[in-house]
Amino acid sequence: MATHLLKEKTFRWSFLVACCLFSMLHGFILHYWLGVDGPNAWMDANIHNILLFIAVAAITQMQAYYRPVRARYVYVAVLTAVISVLWLLLTLVILKAIFSNDTVYVQWLSDTAPVRFALGWLLLTGTGFLSFFLYEMEEQRQALARKDAAEKMAREAELYKLRQQLQPHFLFNSLNSINALVSIRPEEARQMIQQLSDFLRGTLKREDQSWIPLREELQYLQLYLDIEKVRFRHRLTTEVLTEQGAGELHIPPMLLQPAVENAIKFGLYDTIDAINIRIRAWQERDVLFISVTNPFDAELTQSARKGTGFGLSSISRRLYLLFARQDLLETSAEGNLFTTLIKVPQQHDKDHSHR
Amino acid sequence: MIKTILIDDEPLARELVREYLRDFPQVEIVAECNDGFEGLKAIQQHQPDLLFLDIQMPKINGFEMLELVDKLPQVIFTTAFEEYALRAFEVSAVDYLLKPFSKDRFAKALQKMLERRSEVSPELLDNASREMPMQQNRVVVKINGKIKIIPVPDIHYLEAADDYVKIVTGEGSFLKNKTMAWFEKMLDPQQFIRVHRSYILNIAQITRIDPYEKESYLAILRDGSKVQVSKTGYPKLKEVLGL
Repeated sequence: MATHLLKEKTFRWSFLVACCLFSMLHGFILHYWLGVDGPNAWMDANIHNILLFIAVAAITQMQAYYRPVRARYVYVAVLTAVISVLWLLLTLVILKAIFSNDTVYVQWLSDTAPVRFALGWLLLTGTGFLSFFLYEMEEQRQALARKDAAEKMAREAELYKLRQQLQPHFLFNSLNSINALVSIRPEEARQMIQQLSDFLRGTLKREDQSWIPLREELQYLQLYLDIEKVRFRHRLTTEVLTEQGAGELHIPPMLLQPAVENAIKFGLYDTIDAINIRIRAWQERDVLFISVTNPFDAELTQSARKGTGFGLSSISRRLYLLFARQDLLETSAEGNLFTTLIKVPQQHDKDHSHR
Repeated sequence: MIKTILIDDEPLARELVREYLRDFPQVEIVAECNDGFEGLKAIQQHQPDLLFLDIQMPKINGFEMLELVDKLPQVIFTTAFEEYALRAFEVSAVDYLLKPFSKDRFAKALQKMLERRSEVSPELLDNASREMPMQQNRVVVKINGKIKIIPVPDIHYLEAADDYVKIVTGEGSFLKNKTMAWFEKMLDPQQFIRVHRSYILNIAQITRIDPYEKESYLAILRDGSKVQVSKTGYPKLKEVLGL
Protein backbone atom coordinates (compact mmCIF):
# COMPACT_ATOMS: atom_id res chain seq x y z
CA MET A 1 0.00 0.00 0.00
CA ALA A 2 1.16 3.50 -0.78
CA THR A 3 1.96 5.85 2.08
CA HIS A 4 -0.94 8.10 2.86
CA LEU A 5 -0.60 11.41 1.07
CA LEU A 6 -1.97 13.45 3.98
CA LYS A 7 0.65 11.92 6.23
CA GLU A 8 3.26 13.84 4.32
CA LYS A 9 4.02 17.21 5.81
CA THR A 10 4.07 19.26 2.61
CA PHE A 11 0.78 17.83 1.45
CA ARG A 12 -0.85 18.44 4.77
CA TRP A 13 0.25 22.08 4.87
CA SER A 14 -0.69 22.91 1.31
CA PHE A 15 -4.02 21.21 1.97
CA LEU A 16 -4.76 23.43 5.00
CA VAL A 17 -3.55 26.60 3.28
CA ALA A 18 -5.68 25.84 0.21
CA CYS A 19 -8.72 25.29 2.46
CA CYS A 20 -8.24 28.71 4.13
CA LEU A 21 -7.63 30.48 0.81
CA PHE A 22 -10.75 28.94 -0.73
CA SER A 23 -12.83 30.00 2.25
CA MET A 24 -11.54 33.55 2.19
CA LEU A 25 -11.95 33.95 -1.54
CA HIS A 26 -15.42 32.48 -1.37
CA GLY A 27 -16.40 34.89 1.46
CA PHE A 28 -14.99 37.90 -0.36
CA ILE A 29 -16.82 37.12 -3.57
CA LEU A 30 -20.14 36.60 -1.79
CA HIS A 31 -19.87 39.70 0.37
CA TYR A 32 -18.18 42.31 -1.79
CA TRP A 33 -19.18 41.25 -5.25
CA LEU A 34 -22.54 39.58 -4.90
CA GLY A 35 -23.58 41.70 -1.90
CA VAL A 36 -24.51 38.90 0.48
CA ASP A 37 -24.74 40.00 4.14
CA GLY A 38 -21.50 39.67 6.13
CA PRO A 39 -22.46 36.88 8.60
CA ASN A 40 -24.22 34.90 5.87
CA ALA A 41 -21.32 35.24 3.46
CA TRP A 42 -18.64 34.07 5.98
CA MET A 43 -20.73 31.27 7.41
CA ASP A 44 -21.61 30.12 3.89
CA ALA A 45 -17.94 30.25 2.84
CA ASN A 46 -16.73 28.31 5.88
CA ILE A 47 -19.38 25.57 5.82
CA HIS A 48 -19.10 25.17 2.05
CA ASN A 49 -15.32 24.93 1.98
CA ILE A 50 -14.60 23.06 5.20
CA LEU A 51 -17.02 20.35 4.15
CA LEU A 52 -15.52 20.40 0.67
CA PHE A 53 -12.02 19.84 2.01
CA ILE A 54 -13.22 17.11 4.34
CA ALA A 55 -14.63 15.45 1.22
CA VAL A 56 -11.27 15.84 -0.54
CA ALA A 57 -9.50 14.31 2.43
CA ALA A 58 -12.01 11.46 2.51
CA ILE A 59 -11.41 10.71 -1.15
CA THR A 60 -7.60 10.60 -0.83
CA GLN A 61 -7.98 8.54 2.32
CA MET A 62 -10.18 6.00 0.58
CA GLN A 63 -7.82 5.81 -2.38
CA ALA A 64 -4.87 5.14 -0.11
CA TYR A 65 -6.59 2.05 1.23
CA TYR A 66 -8.44 0.80 -1.78
CA ARG A 67 -8.00 1.11 -5.52
CA PRO A 68 -9.73 -1.51 -7.65
CA VAL A 69 -7.69 -3.48 -10.14
CA ARG A 70 -10.26 -3.26 -12.93
CA ALA A 71 -12.28 -0.22 -14.06
CA ARG A 72 -10.07 2.00 -11.98
CA TYR A 73 -10.92 5.28 -13.72
CA VAL A 74 -14.66 4.59 -13.65
CA TYR A 75 -14.35 3.87 -9.96
CA VAL A 76 -12.61 7.20 -9.29
CA ALA A 77 -15.19 9.12 -11.40
CA VAL A 78 -18.17 7.49 -9.68
CA LEU A 79 -16.64 7.87 -6.25
CA THR A 80 -15.96 11.58 -6.72
CA ALA A 81 -19.42 12.17 -8.21
CA VAL A 82 -21.18 10.44 -5.32
CA ILE A 83 -19.14 12.30 -2.75
CA SER A 84 -19.83 15.59 -4.55
CA VAL A 85 -23.57 15.00 -4.28
CA LEU A 86 -23.32 14.04 -0.61
CA TRP A 87 -21.20 17.07 0.10
CA LEU A 88 -23.62 19.47 -1.59
CA LEU A 89 -26.65 18.03 0.19
CA LEU A 90 -24.96 18.28 3.55
CA THR A 91 -23.82 21.83 2.91
CA LEU A 92 -27.30 22.93 1.88
CA VAL A 93 -29.00 21.21 4.81
CA ILE A 94 -26.66 22.77 7.35
CA LEU A 95 -26.81 26.27 5.88
CA LYS A 96 -30.59 26.13 5.58
CA ALA A 97 -30.87 25.00 9.18
CA ILE A 98 -28.66 27.85 10.41
CA PHE A 99 -30.40 30.54 8.37
CA SER A 100 -33.92 29.11 8.40
CA ASN A 101 -35.42 32.56 9.16
CA ASP A 102 -33.70 34.25 6.25
CA THR A 103 -36.00 33.21 3.40
CA VAL A 104 -34.22 35.35 0.80
CA TYR A 105 -30.88 33.70 1.56
CA VAL A 106 -32.44 30.22 1.60
CA GLN A 107 -33.99 30.85 -1.77
CA TRP A 108 -30.70 32.18 -3.13
CA LEU A 109 -28.97 29.13 -1.73
CA SER A 110 -31.25 26.82 -3.70
CA ASP A 111 -30.72 28.87 -6.84
CA THR A 112 -26.93 28.68 -6.64
CA ALA A 113 -26.88 24.94 -5.94
CA PRO A 114 -26.01 23.93 -9.54
CA VAL A 115 -23.07 26.36 -9.64
CA ARG A 116 -21.85 25.10 -6.27
CA PHE A 117 -22.16 21.54 -7.44
CA ALA A 118 -20.23 22.25 -10.63
CA LEU A 119 -17.40 23.91 -8.72
CA GLY A 120 -17.27 21.29 -5.98
CA TRP A 121 -17.51 18.41 -8.36
CA LEU A 122 -14.66 19.81 -10.48
CA LEU A 123 -12.41 20.18 -7.47
CA LEU A 124 -13.26 16.77 -6.04
CA THR A 125 -12.79 14.99 -9.38
CA GLY A 126 -9.51 16.82 -9.96
CA THR A 127 -8.03 16.00 -6.57
CA GLY A 128 -9.51 12.52 -6.74
CA PHE A 129 -7.67 11.69 -9.94
CA LEU A 130 -4.56 13.53 -8.78
CA SER A 131 -4.30 11.49 -5.61
CA PHE A 132 -5.12 8.36 -7.58
CA PHE A 133 -2.14 8.91 -9.87
CA LEU A 134 0.15 9.90 -7.04
CA TYR A 135 -0.68 6.70 -5.21
CA GLU A 136 -0.24 4.61 -8.33
CA MET A 137 3.17 6.17 -8.97
CA GLU A 138 4.23 5.64 -5.41
CA GLU A 139 3.22 2.02 -5.54
CA GLN A 140 5.03 1.45 -8.80
CA ARG A 141 8.13 3.03 -7.38
CA GLN A 142 7.95 0.70 -4.38
CA ALA A 143 7.39 -2.32 -6.59
CA LEU A 144 10.42 -1.36 -8.62
CA ALA A 145 12.53 -0.93 -5.51
CA ARG A 146 11.43 -4.34 -4.29
CA LYS A 147 12.24 -5.90 -7.62
CA ASP A 148 15.65 -4.23 -7.57
CA ALA A 149 16.39 -5.54 -4.11
CA ALA A 150 15.30 -9.04 -5.07
CA GLU A 151 17.46 -8.94 -8.18
CA LYS A 152 20.42 -7.66 -6.24
CA MET A 153 20.02 -10.49 -3.76
CA ALA A 154 19.78 -13.00 -6.56
CA ARG A 155 22.95 -11.62 -8.13
CA GLU A 156 24.79 -11.80 -4.84
CA ALA A 157 23.59 -15.34 -4.31
CA GLU A 158 24.77 -16.15 -7.80
CA LEU A 159 28.23 -14.78 -7.15
CA TYR A 160 28.45 -16.52 -3.83
CA LYS A 161 27.32 -19.73 -5.45
CA LEU A 162 29.93 -19.41 -8.16
CA ARG A 163 32.68 -18.97 -5.64
CA GLN A 164 31.30 -21.88 -3.66
CA GLN A 165 31.11 -24.06 -6.73
CA LEU A 166 34.67 -23.46 -7.70
CA GLN A 167 35.77 -24.73 -4.30
CA PRO A 168 39.45 -24.08 -4.74
CA HIS A 169 40.49 -26.42 -1.94
CA PHE A 170 38.57 -29.30 -3.38
CA LEU A 171 40.11 -28.58 -6.75
CA PHE A 172 43.66 -28.25 -5.49
CA ASN A 173 43.45 -31.34 -3.34
CA SER A 174 42.05 -33.30 -6.26
CA LEU A 175 44.85 -32.09 -8.50
CA ASN A 176 47.30 -33.14 -5.83
CA SER A 177 45.80 -36.61 -5.79
CA ILE A 178 46.04 -36.78 -9.58
CA ASN A 179 49.64 -35.68 -9.28
CA ALA A 180 50.28 -38.70 -7.09
CA LEU A 181 48.31 -41.09 -9.26
CA VAL A 182 50.09 -40.09 -12.46
CA SER A 183 53.18 -42.09 -11.65
CA ILE A 184 51.81 -44.82 -9.40
CA ARG A 185 48.51 -45.67 -11.11
CA PRO A 186 48.25 -43.78 -14.41
CA GLU A 187 44.95 -45.41 -15.35
CA GLU A 188 43.31 -44.09 -12.21
CA ALA A 189 44.80 -40.68 -12.81
CA ARG A 190 43.17 -40.62 -16.19
CA GLN A 191 39.87 -41.65 -14.70
CA MET A 192 40.04 -38.98 -12.05
CA ILE A 193 40.88 -36.30 -14.58
CA GLN A 194 37.77 -37.40 -16.46
CA GLN A 195 35.60 -37.22 -13.36
CA LEU A 196 36.98 -33.85 -12.38
CA SER A 197 36.39 -32.50 -15.89
CA ASP A 198 32.82 -33.80 -15.98
CA PHE A 199 32.20 -32.28 -12.60
CA LEU A 200 33.60 -28.90 -13.59
CA ARG A 201 31.73 -28.92 -16.89
CA GLY A 202 28.55 -29.66 -14.97
CA THR A 203 29.24 -26.73 -12.69
CA LEU A 204 29.60 -24.37 -15.62
CA LYS A 205 26.63 -25.74 -17.54
CA ARG A 206 24.35 -25.37 -14.58
CA GLU A 207 24.56 -21.62 -14.75
CA ASP A 208 21.23 -21.43 -16.53
CA GLN A 209 18.63 -21.46 -13.86
CA SER A 210 16.05 -23.89 -15.16
CA TRP A 211 15.06 -26.72 -12.87
CA ILE A 212 16.37 -30.18 -13.57
CA PRO A 213 15.19 -33.69 -12.66
CA LEU A 214 16.55 -34.96 -9.35
CA ARG A 215 18.01 -37.94 -11.21
CA GLU A 216 20.30 -35.57 -13.14
CA GLU A 217 21.34 -33.66 -10.05
CA LEU A 218 22.20 -36.92 -8.31
CA GLN A 219 24.29 -38.10 -11.25
CA TYR A 220 26.22 -34.90 -10.97
CA LEU A 221 26.61 -35.27 -7.22
CA GLN A 222 27.84 -38.80 -7.79
CA LEU A 223 30.80 -37.38 -9.72
CA TYR A 224 31.64 -35.21 -6.78
CA LEU A 225 31.30 -38.12 -4.36
CA ASP A 226 33.46 -40.35 -6.56
CA ILE A 227 36.25 -37.79 -6.57
CA GLU A 228 36.04 -37.45 -2.81
CA LYS A 229 36.20 -41.23 -2.57
CA VAL A 230 39.45 -41.30 -4.49
CA ARG A 231 40.83 -38.76 -2.05
CA PHE A 232 39.57 -40.41 1.13
CA ARG A 233 39.33 -43.95 -0.12
CA HIS A 234 39.89 -45.62 3.20
CA ARG A 235 37.26 -43.64 5.04
CA LEU A 236 34.39 -42.58 2.84
CA THR A 237 31.42 -44.63 1.70
CA THR A 238 28.21 -43.29 0.26
CA GLU A 239 24.70 -44.58 -0.18
CA VAL A 240 22.13 -42.96 -2.45
CA LEU A 241 18.52 -44.15 -2.22
CA THR A 242 15.83 -42.73 -4.46
CA GLU A 243 12.26 -43.91 -4.05
CA GLN A 244 10.46 -44.79 -7.20
CA GLY A 245 9.24 -41.74 -9.06
CA ALA A 246 11.22 -39.28 -6.96
CA GLY A 247 14.04 -39.21 -9.49
CA GLU A 248 11.74 -37.62 -12.04
CA LEU A 249 10.75 -34.74 -9.77
CA HIS A 250 12.46 -31.44 -10.41
CA ILE A 251 14.74 -29.32 -8.25
CA PRO A 252 16.76 -26.15 -8.72
CA PRO A 253 20.25 -27.14 -9.84
CA MET A 254 23.09 -27.21 -7.32
CA LEU A 255 20.69 -27.11 -4.40
CA LEU A 256 21.98 -30.32 -2.83
CA GLN A 257 25.66 -29.71 -3.41
CA PRO A 258 26.24 -27.55 -0.29
CA ALA A 259 24.35 -30.02 1.90
CA VAL A 260 26.50 -32.91 0.69
CA GLU A 261 29.68 -30.87 1.01
CA ASN A 262 28.66 -29.98 4.52
CA ALA A 263 28.00 -33.63 5.33
CA ILE A 264 31.41 -34.65 4.04
CA LYS A 265 33.16 -31.87 5.92
CA PHE A 266 31.42 -32.70 9.20
CA GLY A 267 31.91 -36.40 8.70
CA LEU A 268 35.52 -36.33 7.65
CA TYR A 269 36.82 -33.69 10.00
CA ASP A 270 34.79 -34.27 13.13
CA THR A 271 35.51 -37.96 13.42
CA ILE A 272 38.46 -40.16 12.67
CA ASP A 273 36.51 -43.28 11.81
CA ALA A 274 35.27 -44.45 8.46
CA ILE A 275 32.14 -42.53 7.55
CA ASN A 276 29.04 -43.26 5.56
CA ILE A 277 27.10 -40.46 3.88
CA ARG A 278 23.50 -41.38 3.14
CA ILE A 279 21.30 -39.51 0.70
CA ARG A 280 17.62 -40.39 0.52
CA ALA A 281 14.92 -38.91 -1.71
CA TRP A 282 11.19 -39.48 -1.60
CA GLN A 283 7.90 -37.83 -2.44
CA GLU A 284 5.07 -36.85 -0.14
CA ARG A 285 2.11 -35.25 -1.86
CA ASP A 286 3.51 -32.43 -3.98
CA VAL A 287 6.75 -32.12 -2.10
CA LEU A 288 10.09 -33.71 -2.87
CA PHE A 289 11.99 -34.63 0.30
CA ILE A 290 15.74 -35.13 0.27
CA SER A 291 17.68 -36.05 3.37
CA VAL A 292 21.44 -36.14 3.79
CA THR A 293 22.80 -37.98 6.81
CA ASN A 294 26.34 -37.95 8.11
CA PRO A 295 28.12 -38.89 11.34
CA PHE A 296 29.41 -36.03 13.45
CA ASP A 297 30.79 -35.29 16.88
CA ALA A 298 28.07 -33.63 18.92
CA GLU A 299 30.47 -32.34 21.53
CA LEU A 300 32.81 -30.70 19.07
CA THR A 301 30.12 -29.22 16.91
CA GLN A 302 28.05 -27.65 19.62
CA SER A 303 30.40 -25.26 21.25
CA ALA A 304 33.68 -25.10 19.44
CA ARG A 305 32.72 -24.90 15.82
CA LYS A 306 30.74 -21.96 14.73
CA GLY A 307 30.13 -21.32 11.08
CA THR A 308 29.86 -24.90 9.97
CA GLY A 309 26.30 -24.11 9.00
CA PHE A 310 27.82 -21.98 6.27
CA GLY A 311 26.72 -24.12 3.36
CA LEU A 312 23.36 -24.74 4.96
CA SER A 313 22.51 -21.09 5.35
CA SER A 314 23.05 -20.64 1.64
CA ILE A 315 20.53 -23.42 0.95
CA SER A 316 17.97 -21.93 3.26
CA ARG A 317 18.44 -18.50 1.68
CA ARG A 318 18.05 -19.95 -1.76
CA LEU A 319 14.88 -21.80 -0.78
CA TYR A 320 13.54 -18.59 0.68
CA LEU A 321 14.24 -16.69 -2.53
CA LEU A 322 12.50 -19.39 -4.52
CA PHE A 323 9.45 -20.08 -2.37
CA ALA A 324 9.33 -17.27 0.20
CA ARG A 325 9.20 -19.93 2.92
CA GLN A 326 11.48 -20.42 5.89
CA ASP A 327 10.46 -23.96 6.75
CA LEU A 328 11.95 -25.88 3.83
CA LEU A 329 15.28 -26.72 5.45
CA GLU A 330 15.45 -28.74 8.64
CA THR A 331 18.39 -30.16 10.51
CA SER A 332 18.34 -32.71 13.28
CA ALA A 333 20.90 -34.57 15.30
CA GLU A 334 20.33 -37.99 16.71
CA GLY A 335 23.15 -39.64 18.59
CA ASN A 336 26.14 -39.13 16.38
CA LEU A 337 24.11 -38.79 13.18
CA PHE A 338 23.35 -35.42 11.69
CA THR A 339 20.54 -35.14 9.16
CA THR A 340 19.77 -32.29 6.80
CA LEU A 341 16.28 -32.41 5.35
CA ILE A 342 15.43 -30.35 2.28
CA LYS A 343 11.88 -29.99 1.01
CA VAL A 344 11.23 -28.86 -2.53
CA PRO A 345 7.60 -28.06 -3.31
CA GLN A 346 6.82 -29.14 -6.87
CA GLN A 347 5.40 -26.44 -9.14
CA HIS A 348 1.92 -27.22 -10.37
CA ASP A 349 2.14 -25.39 -13.65
CA LYS A 350 4.93 -27.71 -14.81
CA ASP A 351 6.91 -24.68 -15.75
CA HIS A 352 10.34 -25.45 -14.44
CA SER A 353 12.03 -22.31 -15.55
CA HIS A 354 11.39 -20.48 -12.29
CA ARG A 355 14.24 -18.85 -10.61
CA MET B 1 69.75 -40.64 8.42
CA ILE B 2 66.87 -38.17 8.73
CA LYS B 3 63.82 -39.82 10.21
CA THR B 4 60.57 -38.45 8.93
CA ILE B 5 56.83 -38.99 9.46
CA LEU B 6 54.12 -38.16 6.94
CA ILE B 7 50.86 -36.94 8.45
CA ASP B 8 47.99 -36.37 6.02
CA ASP B 9 44.43 -37.65 5.92
CA GLU B 10 44.61 -38.28 2.18
CA PRO B 11 46.56 -41.44 1.34
CA LEU B 12 47.40 -40.22 -2.14
CA ALA B 13 48.90 -37.04 -0.77
CA ARG B 14 51.24 -39.18 1.34
CA GLU B 15 52.08 -41.36 -1.62
CA LEU B 16 53.14 -38.30 -3.56
CA VAL B 17 55.51 -37.18 -0.81
CA ARG B 18 56.81 -40.73 -0.54
CA GLU B 19 57.50 -40.74 -4.24
CA TYR B 20 59.20 -37.34 -4.24
CA LEU B 21 61.35 -38.49 -1.32
CA ARG B 22 62.91 -41.24 -3.43
CA ASP B 23 65.36 -38.63 -4.67
CA PHE B 24 66.55 -38.09 -1.11
CA PRO B 25 67.94 -41.37 0.13
CA GLN B 26 69.19 -39.70 3.31
CA VAL B 27 65.55 -39.22 4.39
CA GLU B 28 63.83 -42.26 5.81
CA ILE B 29 60.05 -42.50 6.30
CA VAL B 30 59.50 -44.14 9.66
CA ALA B 31 55.71 -43.78 9.77
CA GLU B 32 52.64 -42.60 7.86
CA CYS B 33 49.63 -41.29 9.75
CA ASN B 34 46.03 -40.49 8.85
CA ASP B 35 45.42 -37.91 11.53
CA GLY B 36 46.86 -35.96 14.41
CA PHE B 37 46.18 -38.68 16.95
CA GLU B 38 48.16 -41.28 15.06
CA GLY B 39 50.71 -38.55 14.40
CA LEU B 40 51.25 -37.84 18.08
CA LYS B 41 51.70 -41.50 18.84
CA ALA B 42 54.17 -41.98 16.03
CA ILE B 43 56.15 -38.90 17.03
CA GLN B 44 56.34 -40.16 20.59
CA GLN B 45 57.49 -43.55 19.39
CA HIS B 46 59.96 -42.59 16.67
CA GLN B 47 61.25 -39.15 17.74
CA PRO B 48 61.54 -38.05 14.10
CA ASP B 49 63.71 -35.23 12.75
CA LEU B 50 61.20 -34.06 10.18
CA LEU B 51 57.44 -33.95 9.72
CA PHE B 52 55.40 -33.52 6.58
CA LEU B 53 52.19 -32.18 8.02
CA ASP B 54 48.77 -31.44 6.54
CA ILE B 55 46.73 -28.79 8.30
CA GLN B 56 43.09 -29.67 7.84
CA MET B 57 42.71 -33.10 9.39
CA PRO B 58 40.05 -34.91 11.41
CA LYS B 59 39.33 -33.74 14.98
CA ILE B 60 42.53 -31.85 15.61
CA ASN B 61 44.33 -29.88 12.95
CA GLY B 62 48.06 -29.81 12.26
CA PHE B 63 48.73 -26.77 14.42
CA GLU B 64 46.86 -28.20 17.37
CA MET B 65 48.79 -31.42 17.05
CA LEU B 66 52.09 -29.54 17.13
CA GLU B 67 51.06 -27.86 20.38
CA LEU B 68 50.93 -31.27 22.01
CA VAL B 69 54.33 -32.38 20.82
CA ASP B 70 56.97 -32.15 23.54
CA LYS B 71 60.06 -31.98 21.40
CA LEU B 72 59.39 -30.44 18.03
CA PRO B 73 61.04 -31.86 14.93
CA GLN B 74 61.41 -29.71 11.83
CA VAL B 75 58.11 -29.24 10.05
CA ILE B 76 57.17 -28.88 6.39
CA PHE B 77 53.48 -28.11 5.96
CA THR B 78 51.66 -29.53 2.96
CA THR B 79 48.21 -28.09 2.39
CA ALA B 80 45.80 -26.69 -0.18
CA PHE B 81 44.98 -23.77 2.10
CA GLU B 82 46.96 -20.64 1.43
CA GLU B 83 45.62 -18.78 4.43
CA TYR B 84 47.66 -20.58 7.08
CA ALA B 85 51.07 -19.73 5.63
CA LEU B 86 51.78 -16.90 8.07
CA ARG B 87 50.84 -18.99 11.02
CA ALA B 88 52.99 -21.82 9.74
CA PHE B 89 56.07 -19.63 9.75
CA GLU B 90 55.13 -18.38 13.18
CA VAL B 91 55.52 -21.91 14.46
CA SER B 92 58.90 -21.86 12.63
CA ALA B 93 57.97 -24.23 9.88
CA VAL B 94 60.79 -24.96 7.48
CA ASP B 95 58.52 -24.49 4.52
CA TYR B 96 54.93 -24.37 3.40
CA LEU B 97 54.07 -26.44 0.35
CA LEU B 98 50.85 -25.53 -1.41
CA LYS B 99 49.12 -28.52 -2.95
CA PRO B 100 49.58 -29.41 -5.69
CA PHE B 101 53.34 -28.81 -5.56
CA SER B 102 56.00 -29.75 -8.07
CA LYS B 103 59.02 -31.91 -7.57
CA ASP B 104 61.27 -28.86 -7.88
CA ARG B 105 59.38 -26.96 -5.23
CA PHE B 106 59.54 -30.01 -3.00
CA ALA B 107 63.29 -30.31 -3.52
CA LYS B 108 63.72 -26.67 -2.50
CA ALA B 109 61.84 -27.30 0.72
CA LEU B 110 64.09 -30.23 1.53
CA GLN B 111 67.17 -28.19 0.69
CA LYS B 112 65.99 -25.57 3.15
CA MET B 113 65.46 -28.22 5.78
CA LEU B 114 68.95 -29.62 5.31
CA GLU B 115 70.50 -26.17 5.58
CA ARG B 116 68.56 -25.35 8.68
CA ARG B 117 69.52 -28.63 10.26
CA SER B 118 73.13 -27.70 10.08
CA GLU B 119 72.77 -24.25 11.57
CA VAL B 120 70.01 -24.22 14.16
CA SER B 121 69.74 -26.48 17.14
CA PRO B 122 66.31 -28.05 17.59
CA GLU B 123 65.98 -26.62 21.11
CA LEU B 124 66.08 -23.12 19.76
CA LEU B 125 63.35 -23.92 17.31
CA ASP B 126 61.40 -25.46 20.06
CA ASN B 127 61.36 -22.32 22.13
CA ALA B 128 60.51 -20.05 19.27
CA SER B 129 57.51 -22.13 18.36
CA ARG B 130 56.05 -21.99 21.81
CA GLU B 131 55.61 -18.26 22.02
CA MET B 132 53.55 -17.63 18.95
CA PRO B 133 49.93 -18.59 19.53
CA MET B 134 47.01 -17.57 17.36
CA GLN B 135 43.54 -16.84 18.65
CA GLN B 136 41.66 -20.09 18.65
CA ASN B 137 38.22 -21.15 19.76
CA ARG B 138 39.39 -24.34 21.39
CA VAL B 139 42.34 -25.73 23.31
CA VAL B 140 43.76 -29.21 22.96
CA VAL B 141 45.30 -30.97 25.95
CA LYS B 142 46.69 -34.40 26.65
CA ILE B 143 45.26 -36.29 29.57
CA ASN B 144 46.42 -39.79 30.44
CA GLY B 145 47.77 -40.20 26.93
CA LYS B 146 44.42 -39.20 25.44
CA ILE B 147 43.60 -36.00 23.68
CA LYS B 148 40.90 -33.74 25.03
CA ILE B 149 39.47 -30.81 23.09
CA ILE B 150 38.22 -27.99 25.29
CA PRO B 151 36.02 -25.32 23.67
CA VAL B 152 37.25 -21.93 24.85
CA PRO B 153 33.86 -20.78 26.23
CA ASP B 154 33.90 -23.80 28.57
CA ILE B 155 37.00 -22.54 30.36
CA HIS B 156 36.24 -21.01 33.78
CA TYR B 157 39.71 -19.78 34.60
CA LEU B 158 43.40 -20.56 34.18
CA GLU B 159 45.90 -20.91 36.94
CA ALA B 160 49.69 -20.90 36.69
CA ALA B 161 51.20 -24.17 37.95
CA ASP B 162 54.99 -24.26 37.62
CA ASP B 163 55.87 -25.09 34.02
CA TYR B 164 52.23 -25.72 33.21
CA VAL B 165 48.97 -23.88 33.17
CA LYS B 166 45.97 -25.42 34.85
CA ILE B 167 42.81 -25.06 32.77
CA VAL B 168 39.73 -25.20 34.97
CA THR B 169 36.43 -26.13 33.30
CA GLY B 170 33.06 -27.47 34.40
CA GLU B 171 34.36 -30.98 33.71
CA GLY B 172 37.45 -30.69 35.84
CA SER B 173 40.89 -29.25 35.33
CA PHE B 174 43.56 -30.01 32.75
CA LEU B 175 47.24 -29.16 32.47
CA LYS B 176 48.88 -27.73 29.38
CA ASN B 177 52.56 -27.21 28.83
CA LYS B 178 52.35 -23.51 27.95
CA THR B 179 52.94 -20.20 29.68
CA MET B 180 50.35 -17.77 31.02
CA ALA B 181 51.59 -15.27 28.43
CA TRP B 182 50.85 -17.77 25.68
CA PHE B 183 47.29 -18.13 26.85
CA GLU B 184 46.91 -14.41 27.30
CA LYS B 185 47.76 -13.98 23.63
CA MET B 186 45.68 -16.87 22.45
CA LEU B 187 42.44 -16.00 24.23
CA ASP B 188 40.07 -13.17 23.37
CA PRO B 189 41.13 -10.21 25.58
CA GLN B 190 37.52 -9.07 25.83
CA GLN B 191 36.56 -12.39 27.37
CA PHE B 192 39.61 -13.53 29.32
CA ILE B 193 41.39 -11.16 31.67
CA ARG B 194 44.72 -11.65 33.38
CA VAL B 195 43.52 -10.59 36.81
CA HIS B 196 46.57 -11.78 38.67
CA ARG B 197 50.09 -12.99 38.00
CA SER B 198 48.77 -16.53 38.41
CA TYR B 199 45.20 -16.20 37.09
CA ILE B 200 43.36 -15.59 33.84
CA LEU B 201 39.62 -15.31 34.27
CA ASN B 202 36.67 -15.89 31.95
CA ILE B 203 34.50 -12.87 32.71
CA ALA B 204 31.34 -14.75 31.77
CA GLN B 205 31.88 -16.90 34.85
CA ILE B 206 32.00 -14.10 37.42
CA THR B 207 29.04 -13.73 39.73
CA ARG B 208 30.48 -11.26 42.21
CA ILE B 209 33.65 -9.41 43.19
CA ASP B 210 34.41 -8.99 46.89
CA PRO B 211 37.12 -6.90 48.55
CA TYR B 212 39.85 -9.10 49.98
CA GLU B 213 43.04 -7.93 51.61
CA LYS B 214 44.12 -4.32 51.17
CA GLU B 215 43.83 -3.29 47.52
CA SER B 216 43.18 -6.78 46.29
CA TYR B 217 39.90 -8.49 45.49
CA LEU B 218 38.31 -11.90 45.22
CA ALA B 219 36.22 -12.87 42.19
CA ILE B 220 33.54 -15.44 42.99
CA LEU B 221 32.70 -17.67 40.03
CA ARG B 222 29.51 -19.48 39.19
CA ASP B 223 31.03 -22.81 40.14
CA GLY B 224 31.79 -21.35 43.59
CA SER B 225 35.55 -21.10 43.15
CA LYS B 226 37.31 -17.97 44.31
CA VAL B 227 39.97 -16.32 42.18
CA GLN B 228 42.35 -13.68 43.47
CA VAL B 229 42.35 -10.32 41.68
CA SER B 230 45.47 -8.24 42.18
CA LYS B 231 45.90 -4.51 42.47
CA THR B 232 46.94 -4.30 38.82
CA GLY B 233 44.38 -6.84 37.65
CA TYR B 234 41.38 -5.06 39.14
CA PRO B 235 41.42 -2.00 36.82
CA LYS B 236 41.63 -4.29 33.75
CA LEU B 237 38.64 -6.22 34.98
CA LYS B 238 36.72 -3.04 35.73
CA GLU B 239 37.38 -1.70 32.26
CA VAL B 240 36.19 -4.79 30.43
CA LEU B 241 33.13 -5.11 32.62
CA GLY B 242 32.39 -1.43 32.02
CA LEU B 243 32.31 -0.50 35.71
